[in-house]
Amino acid sequence: MATPRPRIRLDRNEIAAGETIEVKTLVSHIMESGQRRDGDGNVIPRKIINTFKCEFEGQTVFSCDIEPAVSANPYFQFMVKPPRSGTLTFTWIDDDGTEITATEDVVVN
Amino acid sequence: MTMKLELTRRQALLAGVGAVAVASGLGAGARPAVAATEDANALIMEFTGGAEPAMGRVTLDVPEIAENGNTVPMDVFVESPMTDEDHVTDVLIVADGNPRAGVATFHFSPMSGVAQANTRIRLAGTQNVIAVAKMSDGSVFMDRKEVKVTIGGCGG
Amino acid sequence: MPTRRDFLQIAAATAALLPAAHWSRAFAQQSLTQDGLLAMEPVGRLSILHVTDIHAQLVPIHFREPSVNLGVGEVKGLVPHVTGRALLDTYDIAPGSAMAHALTHEDFATLARAYGRMGGLDRVATVVNAIRAERGEANTLLLDGGDTWQNSWTSLQTRGEDMVECMALLAPDAMVGHWEFTLGEERVNELVSRLGFPFLAGNIRDTDWDEPVFDAMTMVERAGVQVAVIGQAFPYTPIANPRWMMPSWSFGIREEEVAANVEAARAQGADVVVLLSHNGFDVDRKLASRVPGIDVVLTAHTHDALPEPVVVGKTLVIASGSHGKFVSRLDLDVSGGEVRDFGYRLIPVFSDVIAPDPTMAAKIAEIRAPHEATLAEVLGRTEGLLYRRGNFNGTLDDVICEAMLEQRDAEIALSPGFRWGASILPGAEITMEDVTNATAMTYPATYRTTMTGARLKEVLEDVADNLFNPDPYYQQGGDMVRVGGVSYAIDVSAPMGSRISALTSLRTGEPLEAEREYTIAGWASVNEGTEGPPIWDVVAAHIRARGTIAPQETETVRVTGA
Repeated sequence: MATPRPRIRLDRNEIAAGETIEVKTLVSHIMESGQRRDGDGNVIPRKIINTFKCEFEGQTVFSCDIEPAVSANPYFQFMVKPPRSGTLTFTWIDDDGTEITATEDVVVN
Repeated sequence: MTMKLELTRRQALLAGVGAVAVASGLGAGARPAVAATEDANALIMEFTGGAEPAMGRVTLDVPEIAENGNTVPMDVFVESPMTDEDHVTDVLIVADGNPRAGVATFHFSPMSGVAQANTRIRLAGTQNVIAVAKMSDGSVFMDRKEVKVTIGGCGG
Repeated sequence: MPTRRDFLQIAAATAALLPAAHWSRAFAQQSLTQDGLLAMEPVGRLSILHVTDIHAQLVPIHFREPSVNLGVGEVKGLVPHVTGRALLDTYDIAPGSAMAHALTHEDFATLARAYGRMGGLDRVATVVNAIRAERGEANTLLLDGGDTWQNSWTSLQTRGEDMVECMALLAPDAMVGHWEFTLGEERVNELVSRLGFPFLAGNIRDTDWDEPVFDAMTMVERAGVQVAVIGQAFPYTPIANPRWMMPSWSFGIREEEVAANVEAARAQGADVVVLLSHNGFDVDRKLASRVPGIDVVLTAHTHDALPEPVVVGKTLVIASGSHGKFVSRLDLDVSGGEVRDFGYRLIPVFSDVIAPDPTMAAKIAEIRAPHEATLAEVLGRTEGLLYRRGNFNGTLDDVICEAMLEQRDAEIALSPGFRWGASILPGAEITMEDVTNATAMTYPATYRTTMTGARLKEVLEDVADNLFNPDPYYQQGGDMVRVGGVSYAIDVSAPMGSRISALTSLRTGEPLEAEREYTIAGWASVNEGTEGPPIWDVVAAHIRARGTIAPQETETVRVTGA
């Protein structure tokens, strides 16, 4: 299966020192809960994104431990107050160990 | 007013599972509400280390009525200066009527700037969503909101 | 307060002169004049005009207001949950007067013959134009509360085009929506793009990125003051109507957004803040009590017509009725960024008294021409009054339910509790236009399915909670689902899940069995891919077969807790 392409929106990439950036992320994923049964009554195995994190230059800014009750195509919106210019790295970790990553550069004046 | 009466073919295939649970994708439903509430309480106590969270400082924003139990928007905001000395560390989200109460745990840092997050969740029927926030000094606060998940609408 | 004085003027202008038994049409209308209906002592310089819930009715209709319109919880017994004689007493309106006829169900058929039909967009145009001329265009604002583009045959056939063209002649300053969305996202976007005025909805966001889909607000300068109009779409559109028709839009009340928009409006220099809302009356009354800084709520959706504003704190809540029966005129005296005084008149649009505006009349005739033959087909005749509005069954819905039971060979029929649909007088012919005025919509399939007795009860409980939840924010503003083939009892004050009891088959007289499957016919399913003939064909076939309809006031719903 092809690795899902994450989508990221920052309300702006360039800010003044001390300001915050609003981050929105979306990734395509079925988020199979492990609680459903197929037509033959067998449990469909769980397969979810179980962790999401956003790091700034190696330091975790925001992260989330995820249960099957998070909807398919998980969406997260949160705030970031970067101390200086640098790179935000976003990581989604699948139950099967697959990691999806994306980056966004931000400029702090 | 409009009704969602007849089963679709997909739902018919899954018949036997509670209709609302089908809608939410959390199929193993049909657990007594009391058990789910106990599950939620146990998760909260585990998160707080046994402390009873006080109402306040946390604002949980959810729709009064879900448009779609499969994807219910939820927003949590916690009042905090978000400094190194005084910030929100974690926020636990539970849904006390789901087959499993756990939904997500957000971890914040002073670099968050604002302790606020938004995601979309699955709700297997009308129930409470609860957000519990843990501060860097170990104190805990909460908010609780009921979300109604309907089988049929009514609007004329 | 000028309201009461103005109101008494209109009450006098439309006062009953003779007992109802002596009414003749000509005599009744002698007491009514266009000038009399429009006359109002002006207040301040600014006039805000409101029309709403026209439901695409271009030509005059009869519309019987409800006899049963229950309020629960804190609003029990408050307007608009006051009907008939009690409503007349509340506002000192003489029984038998024109205004009594416009506002209540009392002596409906008799008074309808005396006073004639109401509404018609050409008459509405006359009223709007007259007020604009009196007050000055630069001092007048016209706002459309939505449910404008759907629920007539022509609006269905033209996918809202007819209404957009006619409303363009009225030139409103803004509108909001609900049934508009049942045209689908693509069509809504297409129509909105060429409106020439804003289609507002501060409470719609896209389901991907949670960003606004429409403008929340427009700022208009009138009478030398800045008027902010904030728009609110019907919050439960994707629940009450098919979500698959608007899959990428998310609605909701979003009270915090409303509050933020009010603050933004004030920050941008608004002297007056108007919420143009399709929330429904009780939702708006609660919202007005919780969100500070709104001067006027122009409410809609629940079809209430009230001759005076309901004052909530410093907010005026205006309810302008439905189907083109009324135009609201609110005069405001604004100075120093504050509303100092107001005057209000709920103008009843008596179609035999108010002259049609020729431009609008020509447009309506042009739009209807290709459809006239279809609309004019006589299907049968009714011996009694056919109406829909009211919390439980109406006689028109009984006909629709009977049609489904017979034409679809079902044990039980379910018909949605829409609040739109014109009334048909006793002795009148029933035309295809009459049928489509109560059924024209974009998901009309008459389905046939089975359901257990337990499931049916669950459905009724769910709908009842949409109507009778004591917290207005959980109310969706329709009436109770109509049933055919069964009777039941409802305790409106009981909690969800225990309101409905005594479900009984009318065919057998036996209680419904929880586990047994019953054959159900219904229409207006919100599920995508629902199959079956359109409801208007089912109803038309039934009326043609019967020839004459003899509606009875049924006792199939026993109501307690009111």
